[in-house]
Amino acid sequence: MAKKLTVALAGNPNVGKTALFNNLTGARQHVANWPGVTVEKKEGTVRWQDYDITVVDLPGTYSLSPYSLEEIIARNFIIDEKPDVVINVIDASNLERNLFLSAQIIDLGAKMVFALNMVDTAANRGIHIDQKRLAELWGVPVVPTVANRNQGTQELLDAVIRLAEARDPVARHIHIDYGPDVEAVLSRIEKVLAVDPSLADGHYPRWLATKLLELDPDALRRLEQSPQRAPVMAQVEEGRRQLEKTWGEDAAVLVAERRYGFLGGTVREVQKEELAKRIILSEQVDKILTHQLFGFPIFLFFMWLLFQMTFTLGELPMSWIEGGVAGLKDGIRTLLPATWFRDLLADGIIGGVGSVLVFLPQISLLFLGISFLDDTGYMARVAFIMDRIMHALGLHGKSFIPMLMGFGCNVPAIMATRGLNSQRDRILTMLLIPLMSCSARLPVYILFAGVFFPRRAGQVIFGLYLLGILMAVLLGIVFNKILLKGQEEPFVMELPPYRLPALRGVLVHMWDKVTIYLKRMGTVILVASTIIWFLGAFPKNPELAGRFAQERAELEASFLEKAKALQGREDFAAFCRALEKEKEAALAELSHRQQAAQMRQTFIGRLGAVLEPLMRPLGFDWRMSVSLLSGFVAKEIVISTLGVLYEVGEVSDGAAATLQEALKASGLTPAVALAFMVFVLLYTPCLATVVTLWRESGALKWMLFAISYQIILAWLTAWLVLRIGLFLRLG
Amino acid sequence: MANKKLSDLRPGEAGIVERVIGAGPFRQRLLEMGLTRGVRVAMEKTAPLGDPTEYVVKGYHISLRKGEADLILLSQVQGEEG
Repeated sequence: MAKKLTVALAGNPNVGKTALFNNLTGARQHVANWPGVTVEKKEGTVRWQDYDITVVDLPGTYSLSPYSLEEIIARNFIIDEKPDVVINVIDASNLERNLFLSAQIIDLGAKMVFALNMVDTAANRGIHIDQKRLAELWGVPVVPTVANRNQGTQELLDAVIRLAEARDPVARHIHIDYGPDVEAVLSRIEKVLAVDPSLADGHYPRWLATKLLELDPDALRRLEQSPQRAPVMAQVEEGRRQLEKTWGEDAAVLVAERRYGFLGGTVREVQKEELAKRIILSEQVDKILTHQLFGFPIFLFFMWLLFQMTFTLGELPMSWIEGGVAGLKDGIRTLLPATWFRDLLADGIIGGVGSVLVFLPQISLLFLGISFLDDTGYMARVAFIMDRIMHALGLHGKSFIPMLMGFGCNVPAIMATRGLNSQRDRILTMLLIPLMSCSARLPVYILFAGVFFPRRAGQVIFGLYLLGILMAVLLGIVFNKILLKGQEEPFVMELPPYRLPALRGVLVHMWDKVTIYLKRMGTVILVASTIIWFLGAFPKNPELAGRFAQERAELEASFLEKAKALQGREDFAAFCRALEKEKEAALAELSHRQQAAQMRQTFIGRLGAVLEPLMRPLGFDWRMSVSLLSGFVAKEIVISTLGVLYEVGEVSDGAAATLQEALKASGLTPAVALAFMVFVLLYTPCLATVVTLWRESGALKWMLFAISYQIILAWLTAWLVLRIGLFLRLG
Repeated sequence: MANKKLSDLRPGEAGIVERVIGAGPFRQRLLEMGLTRGVRVAMEKTAPLGDPTEYVVKGYHISLRKGEADLILLSQVQGEEG
């Protein structure tokens, strides 16, 4: 039987950790979230020698401080799950800063191996690292790797196993020396800690002592249960006072400084740098891409390209999927007898599957683009350029891309918030994305603006988009002040050198998002859309159907009579054709009336009627209320429902002339139409969006919050718009 | 000379970190990124909208908002290529 090993992959962002993870695990990996949070957890397995190795990819972090969720996750995994070996991926061109994290992992007492990555790039930059010396100094085996060319992977696995079997010649545990005064304080704290055995063996005492000295909130929490709490804290306070008196600095600053002091010493000893060589190409590229004048136009061009690629190119496969689903539905309708089961299969289930699949092309394309931008290093520059604007919303520059993509489709846009660094930014961005008017809302605007503002349709539609953005700005400020107060994280962001991305990494990333979507969102969307289909199709009313069947029979009979009466005339054939046409029109009118009557008595129809008093202040009649209600599934359905209820049949095209006529004739005023469009802009965009928001935020409460704020906002704004419209005599 | 702040640097200038003021996560993060006493930081350029600013520290590029660069006091300022 194979022996088991758990290996954690730790390292800074932008060091090629993901590429190394892909090399180690190949296709045997899956993505999930860390429990209860939106941070991605990647896990994979590899069989090496006679071991089954589970590799867990920890979030990329610069440190293990308790101030960001990602760092807490990484730290707790090492402390609580005790992986057999930690692979610390280090960017060879950036040794000193990378070792800061390594020093903390050493303090945690974990067995560690260094994957000294991108040694080729470092060599090109004139940086040479004496690997043997580094290994000796730190007591950590060092394996050089070039992850994006899959070099060094096997050697790394060999080193992991040597380390796990405790037969690595260089591996030993070292102390990072914080200087005599700090060390003296630490050893006093450790001594008091050792009295409580649960503290002494649960967490490495030296690490705990250091963290307590820094007043690390998480370390303080770990101490809370201990009977030793009082004496330990006395030692900690005493030590902090003493150090502060001598150095005039907080202990946390001293520890960080001393740690860097140690790292600086290491770097001086193991690294040789030829001064002349620098990353000239990358800096030249950057000069252009973030140029004061050209930076923005180039940036806008890239964003336009990304948007076009995702949403315009994505439309083609989307139409195939829609066509395929429609074909399948028709096939089932013709093959099976007309029963409720047929309707369930065709409209409920296949329709539901279709509504899940239809997002796939855009999700794939968007993440293809995003991961390409990310891997080249341009994404950090997007954040750099846009931060000024996004900061006004209390967001990080990185939130710009997800927000922008919201104009195409909210579902992939919300998924794109995975690229953001903090949970707080992610939630806030997710809450604001639905205010970006997605492309599915446009047909509703085109229909209503076309009918009621024929000469100003363009301005009205543009105004709606602007209103959405304005609301995002306002609510961004409000949510920031009230909901997520005081949690803003420092912007401090690395601008990595530009690189050519590895195709494989980009594809793996895209594939991850597709599986995440299908697994986490797909099933929920399928179930929910089937339920809503049911509410819109039931109860069936046999009496109603019978009445219409009778009416139809009478109609047909009356036409037969007429035809008989005409028999024998010379121009009988021409009359017959005219009569036939007349009959078809009458039958269509009848079937439209039947659809509307049937719809009105379904659960959704009844609910719409119940809700009508609530919508009356906005000037919406019951038909509009029902259409908004069914529009909860998707905005396309608003128009098709209006078509049914205005008795012109199911229309699919926003500009369908018959529906336009019907709306014109219905006596709706321009002010009400405007309020309706505003409502469509602001209320819950669609089922798939709220499900995505729920699954991606990791909490049902955020979904419920989003739905409620959107409905309230939509109602209030629509009401205000109606009032203003009436005041301006738009009515 | 009164202490200059990191945010006072102009493109091409560099300074030596004297201390990082402020408290909590902000300061902690700056320290972790290597902005400790005695470290040389060079100003590269400002974003097109005037904020944030790109610096080079310990051989890598980092972007800081003005509010963050305000927290870093410098002991010496060197001119272009100084």
